[in-house]
Amino acid sequence: MSVLTPDLLASIGRKGPPRTEVVTRRDIRKYAIASGQRQRRFLDGDEAPPLYHVALFWDVVEREELTPDGVSIDGLLPKFPLTRAMAGGLEIQYHDPIRPGDVLTGTRTLTDIYEKQGRSGPLIFYEVVLEIVRDDGEPVVTEKTTRILR
Amino acid sequence: MTLDVKVGDALPERVCVPDNIDLFFYNAALWNAHRIHFDLPYAKEVEGYPGLVVPGPLMGDWLGQCALEWASGRGRLVRLEYSNRLAAYSGDTLTVGGTVCAFDAGSGEATLDLFVKNEEGAVVSPGKAVVRLET
Repeated sequence: MSVLTPDLLASIGRKGPPRTEVVTRRDIRKYAIASGQRQRRFLDGDEAPPLYHVALFWDVVEREELTPDGVSIDGLLPKFPLTRAMAGGLEIQYHDPIRPGDVLTGTRTLTDIYEKQGRSGPLIFYEVVLEIVRDDGEPVVTEKTTRILR
Repeated sequence: MTLDVKVGDALPERVCVPDNIDLFFYNAALWNAHRIHFDLPYAKEVEGYPGLVVPGPLMGDWLGQCALEWASGRGRLVRLEYSNRLAAYSGDTLTVGGTVCAFDAGSGEATLDLFVKNEEGAVVSPGKAVVRLET
């Protein structure tokens, strides 16, 4: 019997609200130092390092929205019957570099939910795609996150 | 320019020993308040970790850096994928590296197998990157 109810599966395709962020040199420099970059163009903030978008589109939440372990609840996700998160993965496609002054809009979509049988019971997999587009309409980054719950 | 790239070439390795300041900076840059990354009593007593947990995307970033530093300014990252299989902790000695697993001289596209390994040699974060080199 599947742990995925029709209600859960109906949330596939759900989109989060588009979020627009302005890229600044200061923000790129902070990220570059924080992530241990060694290339000058990143440290000087001329171009964003490849995973800078993770920081740029990390949810900015208020204190009240944090759970006791310090994370925020992802409003895009339905309430899953399994809650223990296992290793997930990221697949990122790069279309165009991110530079200071760019105005970027990111939209997250819950693109898939599926089940597999693990050794000790069912596993739920879900996929969230983040599409990042510049204000001239050019795609910049497409990121697919896969997470596993047991 | 001809590219001297062969399948099986090893990428230059980098040893990272993330400390609490690295974890502070990285989580501050993200606005990530997950306590397993900065609150040692919480990480140990509540979650049962032996130390402060190195954030997964930071190790993913190291894989991208390894690919780009190998390309040393003559290439662009087209694609990067990674997963976080094992936890790593503040103070761990982690080695980042990889090998060329495919190369198309026509397009200049190199596919790289990447890893972050811990002191025991176990792969903490495997990954793959496609870098397009200027031909």
